Amino acid sequence: MIMMQENFRNSPRDAALHVPAGAGGAVAGDNVAAMPPVKISVRGLDFHYGKFHALKDISIDIPEKRVTAFIGPSGCGKSTLLRTFNRMFEIYPEQRAQGQIVVDGENILDSKEDIARVRAKIGMVFQKPTPFPMSIYENIAFGIRLYERLPKAEMDARVEQCLRQAALWDEVKDKLHQSGTSLSGGQQQRLCIARGVAIKPEILLLDEPCSALDPISTARVEELLKELVRDYTVVIVTHNMQQAARSSDYTAFMYLGELVEFGDTATIFTRPAKQQTEDYITGRFG
Amino acid sequence: MKAASSAIAGQPSVMHNGNRSAGKKVRFPADFLFRKLTGFIALLVAITLLAILVALIREGSQALHVFGWRFFTTSAWDPVANQFGALVFIVGTLISSAIAMLIAIPVSFGIALFISELAPRWMRGPVSTAVELLAAVPSIIYGMWGLLVFAPWFSRIEPWINDHIGAIPGLGVLFRGPPMGIGMLTAGIVLGIMVIPFIAAIMRDVFLVTPPALKESAYALGATTWEVARHVILPYTRTAVTGGIFLGLGRALGETMAVTFIIGNSNNLSASLLMPGSSIASVIANEFTEATTDLYRSSLLALGLILFLITFVVLVFAKLLLLRLERGTGKKA
Repeated sequence: MIMMQENFRNSPRDAALHVPAGAGGAVAGDNVAAMPPVKISVRGLDFHYGKFHALKDISIDIPEKRVTAFIGPSGCGKSTLLRTFNRMFEIYPEQRAQGQIVVDGENILDSKEDIARVRAKIGMVFQKPTPFPMSIYENIAFGIRLYERLPKAEMDARVEQCLRQAALWDEVKDKLHQSGTSLSGGQQQRLCIARGVAIKPEILLLDEPCSALDPISTARVEELLKELVRDYTVVIVTHNMQQAARSSDYTAFMYLGELVEFGDTATIFTRPAKQQTEDYITGRFG
Repeated sequence: MKAASSAIAGQPSVMHNGNRSAGKKVRFPADFLFRKLTGFIALLVAITLLAILVALIREGSQALHVFGWRFFTTSAWDPVANQFGALVFIVGTLISSAIAMLIAIPVSFGIALFISELAPRWMRGPVSTAVELLAAVPSIIYGMWGLLVFAPWFSRIEPWINDHIGAIPGLGVLFRGPPMGIGMLTAGIVLGIMVIPFIAAIMRDVFLVTPPALKESAYALGATTWEVARHVILPYTRTAVTGGIFLGLGRALGETMAVTFIIGNSNNLSASLLMPGSSIASVIANEFTEATTDLYRSSLLALGLILFLITFVVLVFAKLLLLRLERGTGKKA
């Protein structure tokens, strides 16, 4: 616990956390007033894997251009919640979601919404790096080509820009046409982040992006998040509570498919309102 | 105390060791024989393969000796005049198999993609089984179906092909001929159907082992199923898919019974796919009972040697590619 508070003091963005004490209520609506504009608004979301009820009546407001972390023990539904934001579950026929997820005034769960448009707005990075079986350059260009026809020079510039954004350019600029799988794990993951931002999304979803990375690569990705959050709304699922404490502005604690508590990260980690949250972050279970 | 306990503990262990080595001695000859026997049986496979090759070379050598390279490059096959050239049959084998591949590859790809990506879970099993059962149908059944059902139906389509595709300059040469139903194109189509299960099964298996996260990454960018298949799944499984295609090609090249029924069995070289032709396997099947002279018989066996070498090379290539995939996934796992 003490160590985590230390983390906060060291965090350069500590000062930016201005949400009043006690706002870390269980219901998202409690602290809407104090939060920046809402980017993703979830209301009454239920999710089923076949007969398994994985998410139970989730309501949460994800603030714009902030890092929001989902924490909780394995199987609590944090990844599931993340994967509803771009309707990723839809490629599996036995998974379904009911409720509302409103992004920019549109319910993306509405089947009338064009899935490609939803996903164009939302980039996603997975637990393990997943470079496509093609060159580094093509890994980035692939996503761009799905939406835009660019002349070669412009495409080159876009690829460079994305790789710079992901803090990877200097390491790969001389081998853009080598296979993406030839990179190290940390580089591959930053390539995946570059690929995610290449389609100019507004939201970036990261599903335990550092769990397969060494500490140095993890630090680089976390630094990167601080850069990215200036342009994107970032939602990160993490197993690592220090990571949530270090790199997020808001934290949601989930347990057994329910959202237990959501609020600004400092409050969740120092003065959680719920006993369950405190038990989890102090390591008493999970 | 210490000494006593170690002595007690030591006693049974010595006895145990004694028992084991004694037991080993008793079992040893049986074990030895069993190992040698299974080794010999396994070796028998290689010996058989080699023996077939040696026999084909020995028996076919007369024809190869008499005609030399002309055996491969001449199209005259005239048993009465004792003139034998393999060109018609080599070309027939390659063309009918090429047609089969042109049909089987896209269809198999579609089947595999449907099973692995698009079908609801409950449909996967039944569709997979149905495709696999295609492989269980005996080739004589395909032959009969091709000759008695498909060919008469196809002969009613052929005038249309003749009039329309046959009218295209250049390409049209391939599609002109009498509407007989049987012929090179018919053989290729039926062969295509016959090899679909082999290619589709391998494609389905490798599509299913493509890491879900990789597919999801592409879907997450907003790619459609087709774009994911074309740009992610296919490149990822490229080696194994090629292996599967060559496995199917190996089958198509050597297929005998169905082809013999429907290829038309003409010993003339014809540019048109609607005309009857012959493949190596079909001419051997048709003529081995009539091979009265030594040279005739030797020529048929030389044909067999050619077929053996072609399919052998194709199948070895297929196996190597499939092996590379297995090693690749082993490394990744």
